[in-house]
Amino acid sequence: MTRSEWIQLGYLVAAVCFILALKGLSSPKTARYGNFIGAGGAILAVVVTCFYPNMSNWPLIIGSVVLGTAIGVPAARAVPMTAIPQMVAAFNGVGGAAAALVAVADFRTHSNAGWAVALAVVFSTAVGFISFTGSCITFGKLQEIMTTRPVLVPGGRFISFGLLAALVVLVVVVIGTGSVPALAALAVVGLIFGVMLVLPVGGADMAIVISLLNSFTGLAVAASGAVLRNTLLIVAGTLVGASGALLTHLMSQAMGRSIGNIMFGAFTSKAVTAGAGAASDRSVRTGTVDDIAILLAYSRKVVVVPGYGLAVAQAQHTVRELADLLESKGVEVSYAIHPVAGRMPGHMNVLLAEANVPYEQLKEMDEVNPEFARTDVVVVVGANDVVNPAAREDASSPIYGMPILDVDAAQHVVFLKRSMRPGFAGIENELLFGDKTTMLFGDAKDTLTKLVGAVKSA
Amino acid sequence: MTEILSSPTWLWLLTIFILSVFVGFEVISKVSSMLHTPLMSGANAIHGVILVGAMIILGAADNAVQALLGVLATILATVNMVGGFVVTDRMLEMFKGRSKSPAVKEEVQR
Repeated sequence: MTRSEWIQLGYLVAAVCFILALKGLSSPKTARYGNFIGAGGAILAVVVTCFYPNMSNWPLIIGSVVLGTAIGVPAARAVPMTAIPQMVAAFNGVGGAAAALVAVADFRTHSNAGWAVALAVVFSTAVGFISFTGSCITFGKLQEIMTTRPVLVPGGRFISFGLLAALVVLVVVVIGTGSVPALAALAVVGLIFGVMLVLPVGGADMAIVISLLNSFTGLAVAASGAVLRNTLLIVAGTLVGASGALLTHLMSQAMGRSIGNIMFGAFTSKAVTAGAGAASDRSVRTGTVDDIAILLAYSRKVVVVPGYGLAVAQAQHTVRELADLLESKGVEVSYAIHPVAGRMPGHMNVLLAEANVPYEQLKEMDEVNPEFARTDVVVVVGANDVVNPAAREDASSPIYGMPILDVDAAQHVVFLKRSMRPGFAGIENELLFGDKTTMLFGDAKDTLTKLVGAVKSA
Repeated sequence: MTEILSSPTWLWLLTIFILSVFVGFEVISKVSSMLHTPLMSGANAIHGVILVGAMIILGAADNAVQALLGVLATILATVNMVGGFVVTDRMLEMFKGRSKSPAVKEEVQR
């Protein structure tokens, strides 16, 4: 076998590793093993690439890889569990930028290679840079560096259409003439378009945006692979592009919305966000820890609804302590997990698993919704949008149509919240003002610790 | 055969692309919502393999501009790939405490 064939064979093994990795990641039992296989495939691919013919600039290559590792590993290790969504967005963004840079850097090398390569170059450049700036805005929203609510630039729709038109024109020019300035202009338009694409999307939909941009980056990688005629990049990029598109669809389905509605919904619903965001001055009923402790201790059935506030307060262990205590007093306790509670699907499962909450106590939305009518007390820990009845009743609400946990069917609802501030979607929750509702303000962990103490003596 | 492998035609590349689309759809068609996040993060790490492309560019760079773009791409791609796998592993680590008893495992499998 020639060297080229050995390299191809190595790439084939790596590609199979990636397929097995995705397969493994779709089942809880094999997920971790799937991730290891993926990492193994990636390392193999990098090692094989070192044997590429005519490679030079070794000090630069090694230095860059070492520097990238020195940035990536500590960042991935240090990030708190609550901030993982924005970390994934950041990693996705830099991947998109890398794919675009690869295509740009190789552009002139193929100036006589025909329209197919030129098309791959413009695709990777545009999509890679869109993914980069889109991910930056996503990061900003999730990190709450900027507002989490949809941002509507005046005439934003026209700007977006203008950018899209410019994109198409530049694509034609670059393919037709091979002009480098036109490619640079294309890159800039792509960068701006990425910003315009994500700005109008509300914070609560960020998980879906990350998934979509993840799929974009995959396709950009595949296109860069076509530029370099590298089969591994085509396979890996396309796998991620295709599975990412399907995953995006599944996730938006879990929210009962279409991707189009999520990405462009803010353009069609009018002024829904006006006035929201400021704490409301309507009166709510606040309770004392002791009242609630007695209410809980003498219930038959209690359902806990965890949300992002639980993650922020790192209260998963304390909530488990409370649940165990109640169970020891003969109360039936379960957890209602909304598919998009927290900032990403599965966020709550991860947190509660960390606290060793028994799996049988975790109930998915469809399973738990009929049970609320028989529930004495629902304890909502730092969740808001996922229990907002407006999703069911108010057609003008931006979350209208999203499946929610029907906690308003229970006898009592106790909200553990930091303040009256609206949830991530930035909309008021009528349930907070309901007759069955009691508020317990404060840090979720503090309040839960006090509740544990009070239930013990109740 | 050697020729196809070392210098694939665009039709050959298109074939690989189309087949990969189907594999990509098929491979995750049955996934529980609990695993959406780790799966997304794992896929994110996999596209970090653009590092291979970045290394090829940098390894073949013969002018300063190409070298600069290559260095940038290599650093960013490494961050994507290495960071992606590490952060996915951290997420999945959280799941392990649960699957202790076989009964629970079956439940999770469902």
